[in-house]
Amino acid sequence: MLDLLALLIVDGLADAALIFFVAVGLTLVFSVLRILNVAHGSFYSIGAYVAVSIGMWVVSAGWHPYLTFPALFLSAALVAVALGPFIERYFLRWTYGKSEALQILVTFALFLVFEDLQKLVFGVQAHYEDTPLQLLGVSDIGGIFYLNYQFLLIAMAAVTVILLRLLIRRTMIGKFIVAVVADREIAQTMGINTTRVFVIAFTVGVFLAALGGALASPTSGVAPGLGAEALVLAFAVAAIGGLGQIEGAALAAVIVGLSRAAAIHFAPDFEAVVPYLVMLVVLLIRPYGLFGTVQARRI
Amino acid sequence: MMRITLIAVGLLLAVLLPLAIPWLNFVFIMAVAQGFAALGVVLLLRAGMISIGHAVFLASGAYVTAFLLRQTGITDLGLILLVATLGSGLFGFLIGMFMVRYRAIFFAMLNMAVSMVVFALLAKLYHLTGGTDGVRVATPTVLGAVLDRTVFDSLLLYISLALLVAVGWLVHRYLSSPLGKALEAVHTNEVRLEYLGVSAWGVLLYAYTISAALAGLGGALAAIAVGHVVPELAYWTHSGQLVLIAVLGGIGGVVGPFIGALFFEIVRVVAAGYAAYTWNMIVGLALLGVIFFLPNGLYGLVQRLLKRGGGS
Repeated sequence: MLDLLALLIVDGLADAALIFFVAVGLTLVFSVLRILNVAHGSFYSIGAYVAVSIGMWVVSAGWHPYLTFPALFLSAALVAVALGPFIERYFLRWTYGKSEALQILVTFALFLVFEDLQKLVFGVQAHYEDTPLQLLGVSDIGGIFYLNYQFLLIAMAAVTVILLRLLIRRTMIGKFIVAVVADREIAQTMGINTTRVFVIAFTVGVFLAALGGALASPTSGVAPGLGAEALVLAFAVAAIGGLGQIEGAALAAVIVGLSRAAAIHFAPDFEAVVPYLVMLVVLLIRPYGLFGTVQARRI
Repeated sequence: MMRITLIAVGLLLAVLLPLAIPWLNFVFIMAVAQGFAALGVVLLLRAGMISIGHAVFLASGAYVTAFLLRQTGITDLGLILLVATLGSGLFGFLIGMFMVRYRAIFFAMLNMAVSMVVFALLAKLYHLTGGTDGVRVATPTVLGAVLDRTVFDSLLLYISLALLVAVGWLVHRYLSSPLGKALEAVHTNEVRLEYLGVSAWGVLLYAYTISAALAGLGGALAAIAVGHVVPELAYWTHSGQLVLIAVLGGIGGVVGPFIGALFFEIVRVVAAGYAAYTWNMIVGLALLGVIFFLPNGLYGLVQRLLKRGGGS
């Protein structure tokens, strides 16, 4: 019984770690830019595709296999630098201050374009590249074999929560971000370059999504439709935690990850329903999510 | 007057063109079906509410159709369309009672959550729904007559177009009624509307129910035209497509979503034939183009061109 519990917790937390990367990027972008970014799922899958491609290249070039680990981060950084500033500058900037429906639609259009671009560039077949997972091997704890890669994921997510917190609380750009989130116009009059804050926040968001995809690629491979799935999960997690709340996203990811792991073990058919049921229940009781704050309606 | 002529010419073309180019028959039926669902989305968009989960009502209409034909002895087309529409409307009413308390992004996300739950259930409850294989939809009878499929398809197009005119007119009446006008008031300033003694909750629930019924009608038509229903009908990207169609066509009136749906279906068919894996990109780019350059959608563009032509 205890073994099963341990297995559930490790599975659930590893799952939570992967969801967390995507959800926290989504929530960061939402809190700073006030845009619900549907194209966020595309950044996840592009990150996964690029990671798999670079990983294969590293392996086939005969380089040291441990170089596949930095390759995961490198691919996420590449995606973020290539797409983040470009998308923010030429598509999103135009929609600031427009209606939410319009902003969602612009990002949905970008999502559609990216979906087909991925199919054209990487083909429609599934790709696998699991060298990082194989290298770390398994560890035998109490008769149950755990993938060490899972522990790495959990550690990475924990480190990311701490780093993001430090970034927001302790650095100058973090303080700028907090100011812009609190009141965009006042922040601007105080001399904060809001345009730059937007670009940086969005690029960090893209990086987190791409990193989530890159880290997930050794475990799940990558195939068309991955981005769409990751996106709805990230939506659910971000909404449960309260949009714009980093710690909320972390807690929500843990809740969703654990309940998914429990569902996989006890009622595998309903694993896909669980995140949304949790979301429905949470939002019916707390309409702004677990950590969300109530916003006054305008008169 | 100009508008009525335009609609009449459009309908005439929709009837005559498939006689010359048979594959257009299916494209036009699907355009009408998707157009109904998109019209439902338009009602909510007018209140400033975006639903990324409306395909769930299209799916409910489609699955009701499939069940009636498979499980019960009901095979009459008219009765099936009626039951599917009312059933989806009822479903929308029940869901809507919770939904219309929420606004903006939370409304969008909750709708998506509901649609994803339904999608997962449709895919998993194998004994009831046939799982991911879906359910085959037999050809319904029309007024007791069993028709050959090609004859039935032509007839289905004429019935779809007749429904388009009748339902379109009803929705037009609804939008110009005080209850329909109140939708725009919800968008502009909800609190003031309530100060006037109008319940925003009631206005929105009414619109939500109608929009679900419209999507259900579209779903029933699509299910009968395709002859098969699958859980993907309820997937969130399909809901996104419905919003896309609505905005592409223009949310100013009843005609817009049908123009959007026609454009969408034609792009899909042409792209599938000549350049696979590009149709999402084409409609995505078209949507960006419309959002950036044509705030009133394709219908607004048609209107503007006509005005310029008439003025000079």
